[in-house]
Amino acid sequence: MRTIRLLALGWLFHVKGLTSSGFFVLTSTVQPVIFASIAFFMFEAGARPGTLLYVALGAGLMGVWSSTLFGAGGAIQWQRWQGTLEITVSAPTPFLLVMIPMTISAASIGLYSIAATLFWGRVFFGVPLHFAHPWLFVLALPATLLGLGLLGLVMASTFVLYRQASAFQNLLEYPVWLITGLLVPLALLPGWVAPIGWVLSPYWGMRAVRESALGGDPLVPIGMCVGLAAVYLVLGALFLANFERLARKHATLSLT
Amino acid sequence: MSYGLRVFFVGGLMSYRALFNWLSPWILIPSFLVAPLFQILLFTYVGRAAGLESDRFYVIGNAIQYAAIPCLFAMGNTIGGERWQQTLPLILGTPAPRIPLFLGRALPVVGNGFVVAAVALVVGSAILGVRVPLGAVAPIALATAVSALSCTGLGLVNAALGLRVREVAVLSNVIFGVLLVFCGVNVAVGDLPGWMQPISNALPLTHGIEAARRLADGVAFGGVTGLLGTELAIGAAYMALGYGLLRFFETMSRRHATLERA
Repeated sequence: MRTIRLLALGWLFHVKGLTSSGFFVLTSTVQPVIFASIAFFMFEAGARPGTLLYVALGAGLMGVWSSTLFGAGGAIQWQRWQGTLEITVSAPTPFLLVMIPMTISAASIGLYSIAATLFWGRVFFGVPLHFAHPWLFVLALPATLLGLGLLGLVMASTFVLYRQASAFQNLLEYPVWLITGLLVPLALLPGWVAPIGWVLSPYWGMRAVRESALGGDPLVPIGMCVGLAAVYLVLGALFLANFERLARKHATLSLT
Repeated sequence: MSYGLRVFFVGGLMSYRALFNWLSPWILIPSFLVAPLFQILLFTYVGRAAGLESDRFYVIGNAIQYAAIPCLFAMGNTIGGERWQQTLPLILGTPAPRIPLFLGRALPVVGNGFVVAAVALVVGSAILGVRVPLGAVAPIALATAVSALSCTGLGLVNAALGLRVREVAVLSNVIFGVLLVFCGVNVAVGDLPGWMQPISNALPLTHGIEAARRLADGVAFGGVTGLLGTELAIGAAYMALGYGLLRFFETMSRRHATLERA
């Protein structure tokens, strides 16, 4: 019970903290709206008009990935800069349980992106908001956020070992948008791209959200999101333990 | 070398080096040269899915537009970074003439923007099999340089706003997004809604991208001089606006003692 309370309150605390950041709110609302607008214009002007809801959801999930990448990827580094890392590591609570709500909350900020692109699409482009499986859509969203948030845990625990990781993070934004098919159907990409997307939760999250909204069988992708989240949790726990061990051994916990 | 020229060239180069010297080339170079390729690929594939334009349209549009990353971020950080490192009052406290001081910082950024766009054009074209007439290569390079110069003018406005806005990176991101939507990068200006087109025509990059596309389509250089002239004029206007805003905000910051507080 205490663990659940810790995770829930930690999540709420960090969602509030990230919401107070102009960088995160603007990045998670303005940027996806920009990409959604471009895609709407392209499909409206193009010879093969796509489903606008497909585009709106894809652009929203692009925002979820961006907030995960920048929010979760740098979670440990931020604690270093703010001087709270030593306190959280030395607290009796396992460091893993402190980190999980932090990275999941970063992914949760991406909900602003989905809300923003759906609102923008509905108001300015007349996107019909008819969901094929509304209840499964409600289930698909937290499963997607869980999958991305725990992928963020893996990133946080590996990026922290590299001083230049914050610059490296910028490089990962577009490639993952592309290879997980958030805006472009994977069928259009070279065949070797798809297997890379299969091990990344944004791919399954995108399928879960889209298939619950547009029709299809979202249960498999929802299950894959949860399954991958479990794998990421194990990896994240291992990497985090390794980081903590190295930081204690070399006395580099607070050194950037 | 006269004092003003030294401030312009040496000061500008030192400021530019200070922006990126902390970063390993192994990260810096891919950030500038690899990232635009993925933007090109993303929009080319969206374009293919929509059946809208040729691959060449997206390669040229996105490659030239990506010059905005160094032009906006590097210029914005020349002010934001100085304030962060608490060196801004020292710089503005010197008697250095302001035109070489601020414009000198823009010169390396123009070069950086040009290199980023040029490499993205060449490599993006090679990856996607886009062909351009050989005779159009040099004029397209000129159009790219003019676009980078003009976008640096907008970068100077961004830098000036950095004296008032705390989150310079957010502002740069927002401006980058506006350029992506409005400048005909992925949707021709003529296909945008009517109310957007006057805004497109008042922004840097729009005319430079259009000129590069026409050159790639085989139009002679003489046929795009008007577009390039307009692009240069827009860049000069933003440069003048940016310089004016920098002086205005500098004066206001002195008056209200808010130089280090955005």
